[in-house]
Amino acid sequence: MPRTLKCHVGIGPDVTGEALVADDNFSARYDLDRIKGIFSRPQHALAGQSYQDKILVLNTAKGGVASAWMLNEMSARGITPKAFLFNQANTILAQGAALAKMAMCDRFEDGDVTTLIHTGDTVTVRPSEGIVLVS
Amino acid sequence: MKLDSEEQAMLSGELGPARKWALEHQIQLGRMFDAADMVPVSQAHMMADPESLGEAGVAFMEGFAAMDAADRRVAIPMITDPRGVDLSYYDPLGQTEEMANLERRFIAACQSLGIIMTDTCINYQTIMPPVLGDHVAYGDTGVVIYSNSVCGARSNFEGGPSALAAGLTGRTPRYGLHLDVHRKATRRFRITSQPQGLTDWGVLGAVIGRKSGSYWEVPVIEGVENIPTSDEMKHMGAAMASYGSTPLFHMVGVTPECRTLGDVDGEGLAVEAITDSDLDALRQSFGAKGETVDVVVFAAPQLSLVEMQTVADLCRGRQKHGDTAFLVCTAASVYGDAQRIGFNQAIEDFGGKVLQGTCFYQQYAREIGEANGWTRLLSNSAKIVNILGGYGYAPALASMEDCIDAAVAGRIV
Repeated sequence: MPRTLKCHVGIGPDVTGEALVADDNFSARYDLDRIKGIFSRPQHALAGQSYQDKILVLNTAKGGVASAWMLNEMSARGITPKAFLFNQANTILAQGAALAKMAMCDRFEDGDVTTLIHTGDTVTVRPSEGIVLVS
Repeated sequence: MKLDSEEQAMLSGELGPARKWALEHQIQLGRMFDAADMVPVSQAHMMADPESLGEAGVAFMEGFAAMDAADRRVAIPMITDPRGVDLSYYDPLGQTEEMANLERRFIAACQSLGIIMTDTCINYQTIMPPVLGDHVAYGDTGVVIYSNSVCGARSNFEGGPSALAAGLTGRTPRYGLHLDVHRKATRRFRITSQPQGLTDWGVLGAVIGRKSGSYWEVPVIEGVENIPTSDEMKHMGAAMASYGSTPLFHMVGVTPECRTLGDVDGEGLAVEAITDSDLDALRQSFGAKGETVDVVVFAAPQLSLVEMQTVADLCRGRQKHGDTAFLVCTAASVYGDAQRIGFNQAIEDFGGKVLQGTCFYQQYAREIGEANGWTRLLSNSAKIVNILGGYGYAPALASMEDCIDAAVAGRIV
């Protein structure tokens, strides 16, 4: 029986995938090698790991506005996470998700989403309902 | 969200497909961030370099350019952030014709929408600064934090697509920094030593940004004894936004919404001291004294005319090391003035290159680093050293004076 996590209404389609979790933040420009589809910033908690088709679970979004275009560019090449779950999104990632038609949710009622979900969990994200199912 | 009759007409497609897309995009954002309605904005500023856009983003813009002229024209003055390719100087940097062509196509598309190609992240110093209470839709985090904090304008971080949407509708969803409730201080920092020079201000911004750590935190800073210059505020804000995703700060007695701590409800907040050890720890993470330097970069943000004069004065009568590249990025309008006054010539006599309308980290930084064999990069910008680690560089930080000494020596002094 999957656990149900409530969050704020988000953006994008319903998706299911495998979680990749870290207590760290996210910027498409600062942290990624978008051609290889890996976290490239040496100091990032997920450095060297592939994000392709994962449900990325991180603390917050940081840094620059480039991520808004970059999610669209990543999506066009088919090398993207399936969804983003944040404790708190910033406006840029939400804008990028809207353009790229990617799923994104934040503000979880039960606390820190980076401890509520573990790497390897199967996660279903339903942004329009503000619900995430974890099994 | 409550929509007025004009917004309803946009949403229905009555005012054309461009404005229909724009309003649909904005409603998604408004719903996520609980906007009650839309707010008119006086200007939009779009970040869109070709590396970020890719073929997909350029084709997206060309889709608007193919629409009827009346449908595609932006509704308010709309300007642009730095470009990724200086079309007068790209082959020597290792940028390709394919990169330049993406840039050319994007510029053509923007111009057909009536977007003004200002190509600057210092529009608040060069184009038309917003005023207190002015609602705007700005991209570039450095532009937003300066405009919110120093000018008292009201903008969220508007990524390229959302800035475009605001340009087309003349509005943005009323959430975040457009609301009084999100402009009150949430963290209270007290400095214990006074910053000296641009890099010190950048380091202070970086430390406060890292401690704040969220778009939704608003730092208020106490203890500043000397009013910072516009360039010092620029470096501090850009670094704070880079390390913390911070869009607004207040400085007691300096910034317009914070004549007193009480103006921003800061009196009840716990005081957090910014100590010398906090500042030193950040500097040390970007220290590399004695090491060979491949490229010295002044950028992020683009240099003002006053910074251009300082660089030129430090370069005069000297010559950079033959194995060290030296790049300066400035706005196209500043480039013109610097050319007329002679600052560019002084930098080029030193062996450096002034790039116009670009910013280094937005210029396919990974690819030009690989093409030129650049790893060790030195800059006086606390922002750029934060960004470039992910692009394969080993970035180091030093004052403008020390950067130029290093360019002469070929190693970090």
